[in-house]
Amino acid sequence: MQSLIHGVQGFMYPNEVELQWSVLIVLYPFITGLVAGAFILASLERVFKVQAVKPTYRLALLTALAFLLVAPLPLQLHLGHPERSFEMYLTPHTSSAMAMFGFVYLWYLLVVLLLEIWLDYRADIVRLASSTRGWRRWVYRALTLGSSNVSERALRIDERAGYIITLIGIPSAFLLHGYVGFIFGSVKANPWWSTPMMPIVFLFSAMVSGIAVVMLLYMALVKLRGVRIDVPCVDTIAKYLFYTFLIDFSLEMVDLLHRIYEADESFKTLDFMVQTRLYASQVVLQILLGTCLPLALLAVTQIFRLREGARIALYWIAGSLTLIGIFAMRWNVVIGGQLFSKSFLGYTTYKLDFITREGLVPAILLTLLPFAILWVLVKLLPPWLADEVKA
Amino acid sequence: MSLTRRELIEKATKFILLTPAAAAALEALDSGSIDTMPDKYKQAEHWWAMTIDVEKCIGCGACVQACAKENQVPDGHYRTWVERYVIDGYGDEQPEVDSPDGGMHGFPDKNRPGAKTFFVPKLCNHCATSPCVQVCPVGATFESPDGVVLVDESYCLGCRYCVQACPYGCRYIHPEKQTVDKCTLCYHRITKGLTTACCEVCPTQARVLADLKNPNDPVHEFLRNNAVQVLKPHMATHSKVYYRNLDGAVR
Repeated sequence: MQSLIHGVQGFMYPNEVELQWSVLIVLYPFITGLVAGAFILASLERVFKVQAVKPTYRLALLTALAFLLVAPLPLQLHLGHPERSFEMYLTPHTSSAMAMFGFVYLWYLLVVLLLEIWLDYRADIVRLASSTRGWRRWVYRALTLGSSNVSERALRIDERAGYIITLIGIPSAFLLHGYVGFIFGSVKANPWWSTPMMPIVFLFSAMVSGIAVVMLLYMALVKLRGVRIDVPCVDTIAKYLFYTFLIDFSLEMVDLLHRIYEADESFKTLDFMVQTRLYASQVVLQILLGTCLPLALLAVTQIFRLREGARIALYWIAGSLTLIGIFAMRWNVVIGGQLFSKSFLGYTTYKLDFITREGLVPAILLTLLPFAILWVLVKLLPPWLADEVKA
Repeated sequence: MSLTRRELIEKATKFILLTPAAAAALEALDSGSIDTMPDKYKQAEHWWAMTIDVEKCIGCGACVQACAKENQVPDGHYRTWVERYVIDGYGDEQPEVDSPDGGMHGFPDKNRPGAKTFFVPKLCNHCATSPCVQVCPVGATFESPDGVVLVDESYCLGCRYCVQACPYGCRYIHPEKQTVDKCTLCYHRITKGLTTACCEVCPTQARVLADLKNPNDPVHEFLRNNAVQVLKPHMATHSKVYYRNLDGAVR
């Protein structure tokens, strides 16, 4: 406690000195955003018939699943009593945004994502259940869930059902991440969070990060497999990334302009925070490096006729910067919202632990875990299966 | 002494059945929980609040000490605390505020001629529309029928959403229990007809427990005869801690 008090400038209410939500709660909206964004990219192909992005359809779904499975872990790890977390499902408090999120999460996981992936892969799973040997055979057999009918009629039904689920899935993905925004945006005690723009900004930034991560993963997988990259596909994804990012940035700027022009009682305090404690992560990392630069790079690819190699190189850089920028945005929302006193008279410091339960090491492990899960999923259900069969 | 098998079973059964019951009863008596509320106490007949007269507070910190002792408040955390405001002038300048150790040991001298100085005791405002109660995902924090915001620590997840939602900074995570903790308005005392620990020791009666449903409570006169204010009224939490002589600079 004494070391925390040294990080205080001005006056904090005595109980405010200690930050409540750590880097793990930064990861939670970041990871959930990737889920929603990846799913929305997948739906482009399925519902909006954007054929160019087809090569990423299955990869986007698997990415969404890998990240969705990890999404509750940082929350769970952060709880004082993780063993009681199931009470949220058994005795939910209906006026609590957090309690209702549990149901949105389950709905999305069980009704949307798992069902859609299963329907899309069912024919492949049935085929693999008979063509593989050993333990893999048993895994695929289990995954068929006892349904081995791959007649034309059955596949047509799968296709139809998958389409309907994607239709339901789009508003569900919006709900999933809009809701995460609402969890912060509805806290009236905190002027840094409390804005009706929050769910919308969260949603668009989710789409931006999800599109970026699938684009990067696709390019990485192509490299790893040593196959030719589908250039029109990445060009299209980059185009969507650019436009979504423009909308996202505009929304954030609208919010900023409102705050500056209204200059309510919290403004001086928040403004000072952005100029000092949040300068590196907000102005430099989020706005300049994580938003303006990737937007400029993507704009270059849209305006000028660049060579294929140059375009891809720019996509790599812009995509990576985008992810850093969106992570910084989550950081600035969650951590920034706790650095100032609700008395508007002082500031505290966030000291990131290293190896404790809510430290840097668990945060890094939780960030890597979805990639490990994705690796297993890709091994088990290769997204390019359908192409291979056709070939 | 020799025991028949029958006696042994009887004694063993009594021992097993009765011990936990006796232990539970003893624990309930010790904790002064809601289960041990005196029979004559009727929750529906009370609506608890507190009045604070800023002019009367001398910043001695006795209330903070008494609260910490009575409720075993962990070090570095506060169910109640006292803030000292020093205001030099008006306009753009921020007031200078401090609360060393929550004001528990009083305040070091600050000689500022011409400045306005006063003390503001703070505690949970036991809001009638509590944002903390609204956000709790499992309903572990709740408003009691007699108007006190309480926490069921056997149910709290320790998610800290309520700490974020409280506009007044009244909640903290208990470092050992890992559940949220806050002022209970000494619920174990007021349901037995006593006043809160902080009010009990206040030498100037700057803070006084009030029962708004009791027609004979002096609170009614206090509210009628004084200009009273609650903290952050724009938050519309319907706070029940009423301040007399509260300066506009206080947040």
